[in-house]
Amino acid sequence: MYSQGLNESNLASAETPEFLAEFQARIDADEKIEPNDPMPQAYRQTLIRQIGQHAHSEIVGMLPEANWLTRAPTLRRKTALLAKVQDEGGHGLYLYSAAETLGISREQMTEELLAGKAKYSSIFNYPTLSWADMGAIGWLVDGAAIMNQVPLCRCSYGPYARAMVRICKEESFHQRQGYELMISLCNGTTAQKDMAQDSLNRWWWPSLMMFGPSDSDSLHSDQSRLWKIKRFTNDELRQKFVDATVKQAQHLGLEIPDPQLAWNENKNDGAGGYDFGEIDWDEFWRVVKGHGPLNRERIAARTKAWEEGAWVREAALAYAEKQKSANTDPNNLAQKVS
Amino acid sequence: MQSAALPTAESDARFIQLVRLADDHLILGHRLSEWCGHAPMLEEDLAMPNIALDLLGQARALYSHAGIIENKDRDEDALAYRRLEREYTNLLMCERPNGDFAHTMLRQLFFSVFMKHYWLSGESSSDPVVAALASKAQKESDYHVRHCAQWVIRLGDGTDESAARLAKALQALTPYLHELFESDSVTQTNGDVGFLPEPSTMQTRWRADIDTIFDLAKLCLPSVENLLTQGKSGGRQGLHSESMGFLLAELQFLQRTYPNMQW
Repeated sequence: MYSQGLNESNLASAETPEFLAEFQARIDADEKIEPNDPMPQAYRQTLIRQIGQHAHSEIVGMLPEANWLTRAPTLRRKTALLAKVQDEGGHGLYLYSAAETLGISREQMTEELLAGKAKYSSIFNYPTLSWADMGAIGWLVDGAAIMNQVPLCRCSYGPYARAMVRICKEESFHQRQGYELMISLCNGTTAQKDMAQDSLNRWWWPSLMMFGPSDSDSLHSDQSRLWKIKRFTNDELRQKFVDATVKQAQHLGLEIPDPQLAWNENKNDGAGGYDFGEIDWDEFWRVVKGHGPLNRERIAARTKAWEEGAWVREAALAYAEKQKSANTDPNNLAQKVS
Repeated sequence: MQSAALPTAESDARFIQLVRLADDHLILGHRLSEWCGHAPMLEEDLAMPNIALDLLGQARALYSHAGIIENKDRDEDALAYRRLEREYTNLLMCERPNGDFAHTMLRQLFFSVFMKHYWLSGESSSDPVVAALASKAQKESDYHVRHCAQWVIRLGDGTDESAARLAKALQALTPYLHELFESDSVTQTNGDVGFLPEPSTMQTRWRADIDTIFDLAKLCLPSVENLLTQGKSGGRQGLHSESMGFLLAELQFLQRTYPNMQW
């Protein structure tokens, strides 16, 4: 619905070498590309794919945390978690809206997700088994997301870049909230600290996998960097995440589940950094291809919500149609009943 | 502490009624939060948690104030998490499983219209904390009414299926309306001293609002007499439905499994 203002004639531009060179010149000059601007099809498709995946990740990502909403241990934690999961839904909404400016509808993207044609972040296919997972997800998963997402605030596509500014602020808050939850557990009883360690053990490797395949295996990186959709490689971002997170784990008194983790003063051009063990790439690809612990369950939950909600959406449309034919503004309703 | 100077019976009545209200808000907010991530559309995945957050916020303020009045060192979590089922005194309507979206929205509408008027009266409470709380909550309830009324109207005047589902929800919820307006010695004491209004005094205003909304939704509410004679009751005495134990099993899980810990 947000794509209504688009100039349809620009959806397919003739891609002469001159056009492509001009487009690249705009990118190189750090100009923002806006919805009605001419753009190469491949640029448009890359963004639709990436923003769509990002939106789906927010929506599917609501499920693992929603799993603990009814079991949060205090009223403060319950409200914070609910507000956080709601924020994720809000991120989904901005991102779907940003993608809609490229000429795809939210409904179409949702159908692609449910049909298994669109991907989302694999991390959300892992189960949340304890309360500590609410802390670990905020700390590690949102922490990894921030590493990925902060550079996107400077992405060449205007609507995406602007959506990311707000999203990053909220994600940063979520990360601190998650870490604060971990601090409470680590300052608590042995049972609580064990719960925290167990959670770190389960979420550490999947969090490293969030940065995607190693640079040598990444399909999309080079062109995305030229177009300034992506500004750092997967491996660069992963290294930044490890370097930042190891110290945070030490502060908590938790152990990173990687025997090969070691400080290397020669890393990062002599600034130092951590060497770490090899990711289990078989597991990574297994989960990406749909065979992770909860891939089927996550899509089944989204499908159930979508199918069971169909009659509500149909009723809303039918009501709006009736109001339109009766020439009544449905928004007046609010005044009538308040 | 404010409560120290009050006669015991009066102080007890205040505590009891604040906890009743807090339980209503906690239990309904808890139920509403179950929709998060599973709503019919993304906008409702945001709206229902929003309402739930308001309800939980109100519950927190009510429990905290009740704890101060009780003066037995019980904070919001001691009251919200560490009581027996028989000690929860919420309306039975609030603990009903969500059912479909029509049931959830209609239940919320019935409750929020009541609370909107209740808090409006509560703004003139003799207790300044309650008055302040009522003033904030009244604005929130007003928004909840608008949101739920829009949905009830859309569903009632939408498709045949949505109208049928809404009618079914009305049938299911009607027996629970009576309890909203119940009076007893607690509400009478608090009404007499101007602490909180008697719930029964909300009935005319509640009915007028619901009738206006139902008119647009093409629904008809059974007569008041039927509501009063056919109503279910027991929540205020801690006599719950069979679903309450399961709700509390989840709500209290961590506090029961790992007692005396900080979270």
